[in-house]
Amino acid sequence: MRTTSLRCCAGALSAAAAALLLSAGPAAADTALPSPSPSESLAPVTTAGSSFLTGTAVQPGQPVQLAGSTGDYLYWSFTSEAGQTNKIAITVTLPPAASRHGRSSWAVDVFDGLRRRQACTAGAQTPTAAARAASVTLGCTLRQVRAWAEPWSGDPLPGTYYVRLAVTELPEQDLGLPMQVAMRITAHDSDDIQPEGGELKTPLTQPVAAGTVLTSAPPVAAEEEKDTGWSWDWLPDLSARWAWTAVGGAIAAVTGVGGYSLTRHPRRRRPEPDGFNRL
Amino acid sequence: MIIRRRPAAALLGTLAALSIFGAPPAHADETTPQEPPNVELVDETTPKEPPKVELVLDISGSMRARDIEGHSRISVLQQAFNEVLDALPAEAQVGIRVLGATYPGNVKAVGCRDTQLLVPIGPIDKLEAKTAVATLRPTGFTPVGLALRAAARDLGTGETTRRIVLITDGEDTCAPPDPCEVARELAAQGTHLVVDTLGLTLNDKVRRQLTCIASATGGTYTAVTSKTQLTNRINQLVDRAATTYTQTPAQVDGTDNCTRAPLLSPGAYTDREQFQEHRWYRVQVRDGQELRASVSVSLDRALNRDYGVLLRAVSQDGRELVRGTDAGSGRTDVLSTGLRWSAERKAPDQTVCLVVSNSFSSPTATTAATPGMPLELTVDVVDSSPAPNGPDLGRGWGLLGLLALAGLVSGLVFGWLARWRVAIWMEN
Repeated sequence: MRTTSLRCCAGALSAAAAALLLSAGPAAADTALPSPSPSESLAPVTTAGSSFLTGTAVQPGQPVQLAGSTGDYLYWSFTSEAGQTNKIAITVTLPPAASRHGRSSWAVDVFDGLRRRQACTAGAQTPTAAARAASVTLGCTLRQVRAWAEPWSGDPLPGTYYVRLAVTELPEQDLGLPMQVAMRITAHDSDDIQPEGGELKTPLTQPVAAGTVLTSAPPVAAEEEKDTGWSWDWLPDLSARWAWTAVGGAIAAVTGVGGYSLTRHPRRRRPEPDGFNRL
Repeated sequence: MIIRRRPAAALLGTLAALSIFGAPPAHADETTPQEPPNVELVDETTPKEPPKVELVLDISGSMRARDIEGHSRISVLQQAFNEVLDALPAEAQVGIRVLGATYPGNVKAVGCRDTQLLVPIGPIDKLEAKTAVATLRPTGFTPVGLALRAAARDLGTGETTRRIVLITDGEDTCAPPDPCEVARELAAQGTHLVVDTLGLTLNDKVRRQLTCIASATGGTYTAVTSKTQLTNRINQLVDRAATTYTQTPAQVDGTDNCTRAPLLSPGAYTDREQFQEHRWYRVQVRDGQELRASVSVSLDRALNRDYGVLLRAVSQDGRELVRGTDAGSGRTDVLSTGLRWSAERKAPDQTVCLVVSNSFSSPTATTAATPGMPLELTVDVVDSSPAPNGPDLGRGWGLLGLLALAGLVSGLVFGWLARWRVAIWMEN
């Protein structure tokens, strides 16, 4: 009888462990794999805008290839979501060295949806090309996009991001010469989204349609659905923490039973007097 | 036995249920599947009118020079034009204006009025346009400023951005009007005019003049060194006019104080701001809403090396709520910043003032202070996002391990206690 109950509990334990491992498996695999790179299916972009409003939309993984003139300000835009870390890699093939007069400094600037400058955590953001260099490589790795941030902070938030490529310093005679630009934006997804439970109601994307100047304050929209008396607000959100804690409780119960059974010395395994069972 | 087995089975069932719904915590964390970038660009809004482009060609006497890959400038231009016209999309609204094409004489007063509209703006007859361009012969003066003014008139006014592509090989021989001043004046008229320039010579003076025209209107400058480059660039510029935004921002006039400032609804606006000027606007923000604003100031003229722009949100009683700022130095096209602001919960509706100021300055007193520098303002009012609550429970493998250990230890303790009790009971 004892043996049976012990086996039962051991079985339950191992089943629970197996179930846990099984169900955790795919999740682990998800995080281990790099985000699906759609570059194969995406057509290369061959244009760039010349201002924030006209920036060409690019998807992460989509190659960008175009010819331009030194001195052009090239704008692209892409969308990023909470948890993503975006990386921008640009290679500029410079005009022939024979037609140039000196070294040039280049810069890739990244702005968020509110056109606020975003910091790069890694990459050559403002490299200088030597007078004889054939090409120059620029890079920028952004901070991980947060799910929520205080309005007063400049943290990266979900929404539009703008990339601007420009030459910041060059001999004046070298303006307007032909160059080639290749760019690729990659996005690395992460499950660890900070801050937990935070949510930006509307992504950081500013309107592009022309606005209208109002003559008077717009009327307040009628208050829809006032307090109806009953709501489910008091229920906590079923976040991942609830799952972790519930599973932990279950495991604690199993290991508790297991630990309890272990203390039954085999020597004592004999029919107990009646009544003990009911204790 | 039955009594014992049942709890074990129940435990198993509970665990299985938990592991189905609970154990994929990593899954639960995931956000919604990635959507394709819905970046605001165009396309959603149907244009009210097609984008318009006018190509302004310099046919002055100097176009005879044979210095582009051994060919004369005019022949390179004509060949490039054949290819450009072939590649034009059917719906493109393109016009062609020439300057210096008809008057062969030496009288400057006459030669400097020499500009004609060769092909009016509209759906283009490719064959006719090709013939018209092919028959052009290099002739006269280079009245660039005048041609720009005329081109702006040809394009008219309207909602969409108008592009002028100026292709020339020589500096303006007819100033005044200085073409760069003309460009700035046209840009200031609020007709959303962009001038892209292509220089057919690497002459220093030409380059300076053309870069000045381009930067005054937010356009580009290209030094043409080959026919392919010329063809590709014109194609690119015509495409750019067609594919970029068709909705231009609304014109607004900011005031010098908050009370009389224009009240803005969400959208994009343009204005002009002079050096050291403060421009005020107002936005209505209701309870539970968040104000978002961004501003860009274009550097359309020669400026001192260091500069900055500041955007502040100020309450009606003059209290600063939040500010966005950016500064820079050196060559750039635009300086921008933005801000977000939302009131505390249960705050009354209020009007928030936005003030844009700058620290630009001019290296010379002669750089015209007026018109001001182009300013682009976008305003949005959205639902505010409340701060998330702190976590109320634990998570992670460490937690599971701890709970398991706690369970094991308490099980052992209870077990030992029970054994000890049984031993004592049996002894007695």
